[in-house]
Amino acid sequence: MNTALQKVDQRKAHITLRVNGEEVEVSFAPYKTLLEVLREELDLTGTKHGCELGECGACAVLVDGEPLLSCLKLALECDGASIETVEGLAEGPELHPLQAAFSDHGGSQCGYCTPGVLMTAKGLLDREPNPSRERIKEALSGNLCRCTGYQQIVDSVADAARTLRERGVKA
Amino acid sequence: MMRLPWFQYQRPASVAEAARMLAAEGPRGMLIAGGTDLLPNMKRRQQTPATLISLSRVEGLKKITNGSGLTLGAGLTLTEVVGTGAVREKYRGLWQAAAQVASPHLRNMGTLGGNLCLDTRCNYYNQNEEWREAIGYCMKKEGKTCWVATASKRCLAVSSTDTAPALIALDAKVRLVSAAGERELALASLYNNDGINYITRKPDEILTEVVLPQLDGWSSTYWKLRRRGSFDFPLLGVAAAARMAPDGSVLEARVVLGAVSSQPLPLAKASEFLVGKKLNDEVIAEAGVLAASRAKPMDNTDLDVYWRKEVVPSFVGYALREIRGDDMRAMRMRISRQAL
Amino acid sequence: MSTAKRLDVIGHARRRVDGREKVTGQLRYADDMKLPRMLHMKLLRSSHPHALIEAIDTARAQAYPGVHLVLTGKDFPVPFGIMPVAQDEYPLAPEHVRYVGDPLAAVVATDEQTASAALQLIEVKYKPLPTIATPEEALAQPEVRIHDYTDVGNIHRNQAFEFGDVEEALSKSDHVFEDLFFYEGDNHMAMEQHASLARAEGEGKLTLWSSTQDPHYLHRQLARVLQMPAAHIRVIACDNGGGFGGKCDPAGHEFVVSKAALMLGRPVKICLTREEVFYLHRGRHPVLMKFRTGVTKDGKLTGMHLQTLLDGGAYGSHGPASTFYTGVLTPLTYELPRFKFDACRVFTNKPACGPKRGHGTPQPRFGQEVQLDKIAEMLKRDPAELRLNMVTQANSLTASWLKIGSNGLAECIRQVVAGSGWKQKHGKLPQGRGVGIACGSYMCGAGVSIYWNKMPHSGVQLALDRSGQVTVFCGATEIGQGSDDVLAAIVAETLGISTKEVRCITGDTGITPIDLGSYSSRVTIMMGNAALQAAGRARDMIVTAVAEQLEVLPESVVLSRGRVFAAGDAAKSMSFAEAVVYAESKFGTLGTVGSYTPPKPPGKFKAAGVGPSPAYSFSACVVEVEVDEHTGWINVPKVWIAHDIGRALNPVLARGQVIGGVYMGLGEALMEEQVFRRLPPKLSSALVHKIPSLLEYKSITSLDMPEVEVMLVEDPDPNCPFGAKEVGQGPLLPVMPAVANAIFDAVGVRIDEVPLTPEKVLRALHLKREGKNPRVGPERFPDVPYPEPTFVLPPGEGGDGNESKMAKRADRVMERSAS
Repeated sequence: MNTALQKVDQRKAHITLRVNGEEVEVSFAPYKTLLEVLREELDLTGTKHGCELGECGACAVLVDGEPLLSCLKLALECDGASIETVEGLAEGPELHPLQAAFSDHGGSQCGYCTPGVLMTAKGLLDREPNPSRERIKEALSGNLCRCTGYQQIVDSVADAARTLRERGVKA
Repeated sequence: MMRLPWFQYQRPASVAEAARMLAAEGPRGMLIAGGTDLLPNMKRRQQTPATLISLSRVEGLKKITNGSGLTLGAGLTLTEVVGTGAVREKYRGLWQAAAQVASPHLRNMGTLGGNLCLDTRCNYYNQNEEWREAIGYCMKKEGKTCWVATASKRCLAVSSTDTAPALIALDAKVRLVSAAGERELALASLYNNDGINYITRKPDEILTEVVLPQLDGWSSTYWKLRRRGSFDFPLLGVAAAARMAPDGSVLEARVVLGAVSSQPLPLAKASEFLVGKKLNDEVIAEAGVLAASRAKPMDNTDLDVYWRKEVVPSFVGYALREIRGDDMRAMRMRISRQAL
Repeated sequence: MSTAKRLDVIGHARRRVDGREKVTGQLRYADDMKLPRMLHMKLLRSSHPHALIEAIDTARAQAYPGVHLVLTGKDFPVPFGIMPVAQDEYPLAPEHVRYVGDPLAAVVATDEQTASAALQLIEVKYKPLPTIATPEEALAQPEVRIHDYTDVGNIHRNQAFEFGDVEEALSKSDHVFEDLFFYEGDNHMAMEQHASLARAEGEGKLTLWSSTQDPHYLHRQLARVLQMPAAHIRVIACDNGGGFGGKCDPAGHEFVVSKAALMLGRPVKICLTREEVFYLHRGRHPVLMKFRTGVTKDGKLTGMHLQTLLDGGAYGSHGPASTFYTGVLTPLTYELPRFKFDACRVFTNKPACGPKRGHGTPQPRFGQEVQLDKIAEMLKRDPAELRLNMVTQANSLTASWLKIGSNGLAECIRQVVAGSGWKQKHGKLPQGRGVGIACGSYMCGAGVSIYWNKMPHSGVQLALDRSGQVTVFCGATEIGQGSDDVLAAIVAETLGISTKEVRCITGDTGITPIDLGSYSSRVTIMMGNAALQAAGRARDMIVTAVAEQLEVLPESVVLSRGRVFAAGDAAKSMSFAEAVVYAESKFGTLGTVGSYTPPKPPGKFKAAGVGPSPAYSFSACVVEVEVDEHTGWINVPKVWIAHDIGRALNPVLARGQVIGGVYMGLGEALMEEQVFRRLPPKLSSALVHKIPSLLEYKSITSLDMPEVEVMLVEDPDPNCPFGAKEVGQGPLLPVMPAVANAIFDAVGVRIDEVPLTPEKVLRALHLKREGKNPRVGPERFPDVPYPEPTFVLPPGEGGDGNESKMAKRADRVMERSAS
């Protein structure tokens, strides 16, 4: 592996991303995943990591609207993509209904899985404004949580969906 | 943080260009589609390609052609496969299999082609480099012994794809394209019963399409055994497809097992046994016994190996009862934790 | 203060004080920290389960471009260990590695990728030693020494206590039940992987940010290992991304980053990979248990002899405490006139076990509650009624001298029985479906500190000023359980303001008064009582100043909802901030302190300090299962749980803790296991963690989690702030045995070990069909050389809490054998 290292081109890669609505250019070592670029190059540490192998969901973000695992997404493949992270969820000082519901209804305890869960839930509600509890559980079945036993997470998503529907706004 | 090793990255725009690049790189190059199988393996240094050739911008790999039968681009994500109406309506076994791969996020990323080419798995092999060093490595990578069965001459890593058994039961073919040309191959022939040389795809070939035949009058299903309702690879997959006469007797049948061998296991005997018979409880039970005799689960994944063999007839039974028309929804919820 | 006052904050569901930070991604966990000139560290870990290090060559790693420092065991001559009696671990192993994953060298480099590459250039020459994989091997091969400080072979701790003559009690019982149980080990699996960042400051001073539950103990250990004055070290516990006991021990990497930062004069960070977290471990001990329990024909317990054997892994960790905890809390739930327990912890060549949620008690609780189910079955009694008939009483002493204060166990049982429809279900559901019941009890904080001292267990400082701002300082650590919210709520309630007006500064040994840490469910009670005292003192000052200003009696001054006013006179009212101005004018700069020290335990015998607590919580749980008789497949559709919490300070959080405890208990019941693989000894000496990943270490997903119905039983405990008892650990305890008992109700088989897998159920069903004992579980208990017990007469037999002369007992034994 180290002999291979000598031969490999270690120049940085350069891409343009749209992160939480803002265009950013970023240079990075090309082996970095989207997770590493968000956290280490863009200082967006709201996105967490629990395994870096696609086994926990802590790093979930929306890429072009779809919940993906940033730990298994080559940053190189995100050139031109639109990324949404937990930092972009609130509008100004106003919490997104999902955020408000999670902090009011026990959806977040230690908070570590929360960003991944929130972004996954947003991906769900953007497509399905009125999901059943079963559908919410299915959509979140790729996000491990160690604190809540999921019940208050499901409560929170259901509550946020209700709020969003009442507002008649797209999440 | 688990990190990828250094690599070169190429991003072709067409299948032809990708095939040329792959040929030029030789064994140093690997294709990357969804990356959900390859990247964890690279992070654990099980696979360390010098060059990744990305299929992300290759045109045409997401094409769905609905004519006589159905052709699915290999670059469709599993979520896209699940969302394809024709799959859900006509090829239910594939729909059920694709819907149970890994987790929702991984299905949003992983592709149909990637699931068919999935590296065989083994918990002596799917480990970090340091862990593998601690056991002196294994036959599949850098070592000599297969620790699953130390007398084994071949690697016993297990085929863990969900969609392949389902597609083989549906008599699917795959299209493979290389710089030298292309060929179509029965999906069953894509695999070898060898944990290392598990696939007959040549290193310079790209799997571009899955071709499903028109299947009038067939019904199909897929049942998956795993510990949890999400994430886990199969410990047993049972795919079944059958065409029945109006009187309920079986005209044609194909039963395929997954995750009990280094390749998806078409059960010729059990399938032949069903032909001409009505799927009553006795017939189903006997088919289950025939199926179990072929299953060789290994102690290299989750749950007890003898138990996994013992429950094969039950799972074959679930599949055949569903084909027969039984209401299996409650059982499905208990096993799969979701309605399918 | 008057407790009759209407509560504005306590008991009301409200947004937790740290809620907003957690949902916006603002909260900084340790690995989110980044400092200028920061370097990164990776650890080299042993690839051998047991070996001597003959040589380490770090020259190539040191020369690798981007590497700043390479450290090995010789840089750390002083060992550490959370318990004073078990200082047996080095930050980097100097000469002896004891499990695969034991850290032995470190590389600090410009980035992780470089550090990882350089690690591979370190050459280690090992001399392999024979390995010990199980407690049975540890006992059978005393000549293989994992540690040389043990008295006998690999026995780390060995102890025995007897409260009243148990053999006599058993001999007079109508029935004696003897059962073996096994509880597999498991990992905390907090979602956040441990991370630490160290920075050298000033003249040789150190600040360490870390994912730790116990910054105070870490602080003490850093001073010891780095041989620095404690006053020169500041430990900041970052909010933990989950703890569950896994971040209680000081960890090797915390010392190594600190040393590296001091040597380099640059910040150094490490974040463990998930695999490394499984190696650091300190999780649930695998425990083999033997219960001999006497009962009368009408279903009362007469005595119990409990023996436990703990697989400790390679180091001491909290082991001395863990060993006690496999026995001491057993008598809390049911009247048990006599009790004896023998407990032994041995070393094995695996990652060290330690404290995990319930610390040492889920294992015997599993055995005890499953055995009770067997007793009920044999006596043809309803298992819920049997329990209800013998619950311990409030304000009583157990045979083992634990003082029970408030006790809502009976009410918990009544509520789960009613809520679950138990009477219509138990023994009455169709074949393949069943319900099971079990109970549990847990401490509200350990009554004594980990190191002996007479100082408070928790301290709180309060600062108020003319702006109306209230800042509360406490060493307690937020690990997700909501301790900051508890702190803010108690201060807010006392001062009549909202939690939004309280700023919490916690878990920082440089600026917060000492709190022992987030373990043993102690924070609500101990920090809460200290906060109550500090806030009460501030309130008194405000009341005095305001009474003077308003010319009313101090007794009539009320603080509520941000106002300070005279009761009954609406004109005499001011804002809280105005009131603070009067107080500051009268008293000068405002600051108060509060502290809490638990009451002295009633037992006076040696080791009577383990188990006593200011209060105990109680829980009862009913689980419903469906079991497939062809496959043994287990499905849990629903769980009912009642928890005696004293008072719920924030009901949303309290319920979340209960459901979370049920979740973790179900995981342990059904799938979680930290297990190891030994390769064929003729071909390999490898002994490795079988599944160090989140994919293969199975934890419950949202799709596997049943609905949980929570009932909070609120019977305020006088020792606790606003009556609030613990809720973080207790609700886990009854879950595993309730599942096992439900499986019995469903299909008539006994699985006497966890995890309860379909394979074991099917095996037991086969035994049942063959007419054999339909049970799967441990078959034998090895000969453990337990010591002669410390004999203490129970309170009911005229004891005074001291150890009794063994002679007295021997006389009785002789008398008995003569008669």
